[in-house]
Amino acid sequence: MNVLEVGGMSSAQFSSLAIVTAAVLFLLAFLAHTVEWASLRAVPVRAGGGAASVDDGHDGARLRSDMFARLGLFATLIAAAAQLAGVVFRGIAAQRAPWGNMYEFVTSAMLFAVLAYLVWALRGRMRWLGIFITALIAVGDGLAATVFYVSVGPLVPALHSVWFLIHILAALISGAALNVGGLASIGYLLRARAERKGTVDRGYVARLPRSEVIDTFAYRLHAFAFPVWTFTVAAGAIWAEYAWGRFWGWDPKETWALITWVIYAGYLHARATAGWRGRNAAIIALVGVGSFWFNFIGINLFVTGLHSYAGV
Amino acid sequence: MGAGLRWVWTQITSMRTALLLLFLLALTAIPGSFIPQESVTPIRVSDFAKAHPLLNRIYQPLGFYHVYTSPWFSAVYLLLFLSLIGCILPRIGVYVRALRTPPPRMPSRLNRLPESASHPVTGSEDAVAAATEWLRRNRYRQVRRDAGEVPGISAERGYLREFGNLLFHISAIFVLVGVAITNLYGYKGTSQVVVGEGFSNTITQYDAFHAGPMVNVDRLNPFTLILKRFLVAFETGPVQTGAAREFDATVQVTADGSTTTRDLQVNHPLTIDGTKVHLLAHGYAVHVTIRDGQGNVAFSGPVVFQPVDTNFKSLGVIKVPDARPQRLAFQGFFLPTAVIDTQQGPHSVFPDALNPRVFLNVWSGPPAAASGVPENVFTLNTTGLTQVKKGNDLLRIELAPGQSYTLPNHLGSISFDGWSRWAGLQISRTPGLWLTVGSIGAAVLGLCLSLFMRPRRLWIRFLRQADGTMLAEAGGLDRADARTGLSDDVRGLVAAATGSDPEGIEVRSRGWADPVTPPRTLAEHQSSDAGVLDTTESADDAPAGAQEEAKK
Repeated sequence: MNVLEVGGMSSAQFSSLAIVTAAVLFLLAFLAHTVEWASLRAVPVRAGGGAASVDDGHDGARLRSDMFARLGLFATLIAAAAQLAGVVFRGIAAQRAPWGNMYEFVTSAMLFAVLAYLVWALRGRMRWLGIFITALIAVGDGLAATVFYVSVGPLVPALHSVWFLIHILAALISGAALNVGGLASIGYLLRARAERKGTVDRGYVARLPRSEVIDTFAYRLHAFAFPVWTFTVAAGAIWAEYAWGRFWGWDPKETWALITWVIYAGYLHARATAGWRGRNAAIIALVGVGSFWFNFIGINLFVTGLHSYAGV
Repeated sequence: MGAGLRWVWTQITSMRTALLLLFLLALTAIPGSFIPQESVTPIRVSDFAKAHPLLNRIYQPLGFYHVYTSPWFSAVYLLLFLSLIGCILPRIGVYVRALRTPPPRMPSRLNRLPESASHPVTGSEDAVAAATEWLRRNRYRQVRRDAGEVPGISAERGYLREFGNLLFHISAIFVLVGVAITNLYGYKGTSQVVVGEGFSNTITQYDAFHAGPMVNVDRLNPFTLILKRFLVAFETGPVQTGAAREFDATVQVTADGSTTTRDLQVNHPLTIDGTKVHLLAHGYAVHVTIRDGQGNVAFSGPVVFQPVDTNFKSLGVIKVPDARPQRLAFQGFFLPTAVIDTQQGPHSVFPDALNPRVFLNVWSGPPAAASGVPENVFTLNTTGLTQVKKGNDLLRIELAPGQSYTLPNHLGSISFDGWSRWAGLQISRTPGLWLTVGSIGAAVLGLCLSLFMRPRRLWIRFLRQADGTMLAEAGGLDRADARTGLSDDVRGLVAAATGSDPEGIEVRSRGWADPVTPPRTLAEHQSSDAGVLDTTESADDAPAGAQEEAKK
C-alpha cells in the first residue's frame, strides 16, 4: 500500500509525525510571537520612526521584540515545511488526494492558510498576523492530531468523483481565506478599539497597521474568498446531483454552507453601505467564521446527515 | 394610497431591509438543520414526535418539521427576492445610461484627486496621441475634454464591475426560476430492483413517487431496465472495516425499441432519454419457497428486506395469502453475517453476506377475500391472523441457505433458497436543472467581475507654461473600495504622455499615505475635498457612484 519508505517509516507514519512536529513548531512560533508582543508593553512608538531618534531607554525591549518576531517567523517557516510534508505524504500513503476526512481536511486547510500568510509575511507585509495565524494552526493541528485523527484508508464510493476534488479544493482555499480574514478582523477590532481610546502609540497595537489598512486587507480576503465559497457550494450541489440525484436537499451540511454563504453575503452588502463598515463588518466576519467552523466540526460530529459518512 | 405603497416599496428595496432579510434567512434556516425534516428523514420525524410530545405540540403547528417549505421561511426568501428585484431593476436603467455617457468632465484641480502627478513633456512625439494610445492599451474608454487651448482627456474603465453585479443578482433570480421549473415539471421516484428483475417506467412500479403538478403521471417516458448484475464490495481491512468500497451495477436498458447494456455506479447516473437513473441504495432480498398445507407451492421468489443498521440487519415480511387450507405470513429479519451471543441476541457484524441467516416468526389464519385495498408490503397487518406456536413458545425459525423447515399443525413448509441483492434506484426528471446550473455559473462569473473589476477614472491635460514648455498633469480616482494600482496607472499615463521614464515621475497621494488604503467612501472623499469635483463634474455623477455602492 505504501509506495514510499522514509527513514524506516511508512509514508503514513511519516505524515503523522510531520503533522505533530508542525503542531509543536507552530506552538513555539506562537510563543515567540507572544514574547514579541509582550516585549512591546509600555514601549512607546519612536517619534517619526527615524534613524536620528534618541535612545529613550527602550531599545533593549525593541531589539528583543524584533528578535522574537524573526524567531517566530523562522519557526513558522519550518513548521510550514513540516505541514507540507505531512499533507503530501498523507496523499502518497492513501494514494489519493488527502482530503477524505476531517483530519485530512484540517491539515490541508492549515497548510493553505500558512502558505498564504508566508507569502505576505516574506514580502514584508502583514507580519502582525503571525501571532494569530500560529495560534490558529497550533490549535487546528492539535485538534487534528488528537480528536480527528483516523488511519489512512480508501474512500467510500460516494466520494469517487472529480467533483469531490473540485468541491474540497475550493472549500480548502476559501476556508483558509475566510479564516485568515477572520483573524484580520480580530486584529481590526483590537486596533480600532485602541484608536478610539487613543492608545495606539504604545504596546502591541502600535505594531498593527492602521485600522483602515486592516479593514481593507480583511475585505480583500473576504472578497476573494466569497466567490470561491460560492463555487464550493455550487460544486457541492452539482456533485450531489451526480451522487444523490438531487442538487439541494437541505442536508444539515448544505444548510450550514448556505447559512455561512448568506452571512458573508451580508458582510459584503454591509460593507458596501457606509454605516456598516469597520467594526460591524468585522463582527459579521467573525460570525461567518463561527458558522464555518460549526458547519465543519459541529455538523460532522453532532448532527447526522449525508456528510457524516466518514465519522471524523 | 400611492404614497403608502411608495413608502412600502422604498422600505422593501432599501439596503437595510435587504441586510435584515439576509440575516433573517440565515437565522430561519437554522432550525431545519437540528429538527428532523419530513422531506429528508420522515421516520426520524415520527420518532421525534413520539419521544418529545411537548416539543411536538410546539413544532407541529409552527411547521418546524418542514422548515424550508414553511410559510415563514418562504416569506423571508420571497421578500428577499422581491427586495433584490426592486434593487436591480432601476440599476439596470442606471447602468445602461452610464454605458452611453462618455467619461466625465475634467476636474478643475487635478492635484486634489486621490492620486496625481505632473511632468514636463520631454519627448518630441505628440503627447496627446501618446496618452490616447496608453489609455487604449489599458482598456480605458476616453473622450477629449479640451478646455480652450488646453488639450485634455477624460478616461474611465471598469464598466464590467456593475455589469457583474447586475449579472450576479439577476442570475440569483434565475436559480430560483430553475428550481421552480423542476418542481413544476419534474418528478422523482424510487424503486428497489432485485438482481435479475426489471423496472419499467410506469407509476405502478415505483415504491415512492413524487411529481410536480404539471407532470402527466400516466405518460412518463417509456423505458425498461433489467438489473443483470450488481457487484458490491466492503472494506475488510482493519481501517474503516465494513465501509462500502464498490457498487457496480450492470443494467440492460430498453428504450425507443433498442436495447443496450450499460454500467450504473454511484456518482455515475444513467441518462435515458432525459430521465436520470441514480444508484442510491442497496440491500438484500431473501429467496424462499413456501408450500402450503396441501403441498402446493404457494409462493416462490425473492422478497425485498429493508436494512435497519450499518451491518445490514434487514427486516422483511413474506405474505402468502394463497396458502391453503390456512393462509400464511412470515415476519423477521435477515442477517448477512450472523452472530448470536447471549447479550445482543442474533445480530449482524458485517454488511457483506458471509454467514447469512434468516430469523422468522410465523402467522396463520383462515383465507381472506382479496379486499383490493392497497397494502404496504413492508408491514404485516395481523388482523385475522394468529401467531404460530411451538409448544408454549412462539415459533421462531432460523434458517441458513438451503435449509427448510416444516411448520407444525400441517400448515406447510418454508425453504430458504438463498439471497440476492437489490439496488435502490432513483428515477428522476429535473427539467429546470440546466437553468439552475447555468445561472449558478453566471452568478459566480458575475460575482468575480463585481469583486475584482476595478472601476477607475483618469484625467490628463497639457498646460502650456509661461516659458513655452508643456506640462502634462494627470490625476486618478478609484470608484470602488480596496483597490490598488491607481498610482501606477497615473504614473504610467504621465510617463507615456511625456515620453519619460516612469521611475522619474513622482505621484502625489492625498491624505492616504499608504497606497493600500483607499478613501473610506467616495462620499467622504467628496465632502473632504469639497468643491474639487463638483465645479466641473456633473453634480450627481460621483456621488451617484457612492450611492450605487451603498445600494447593493
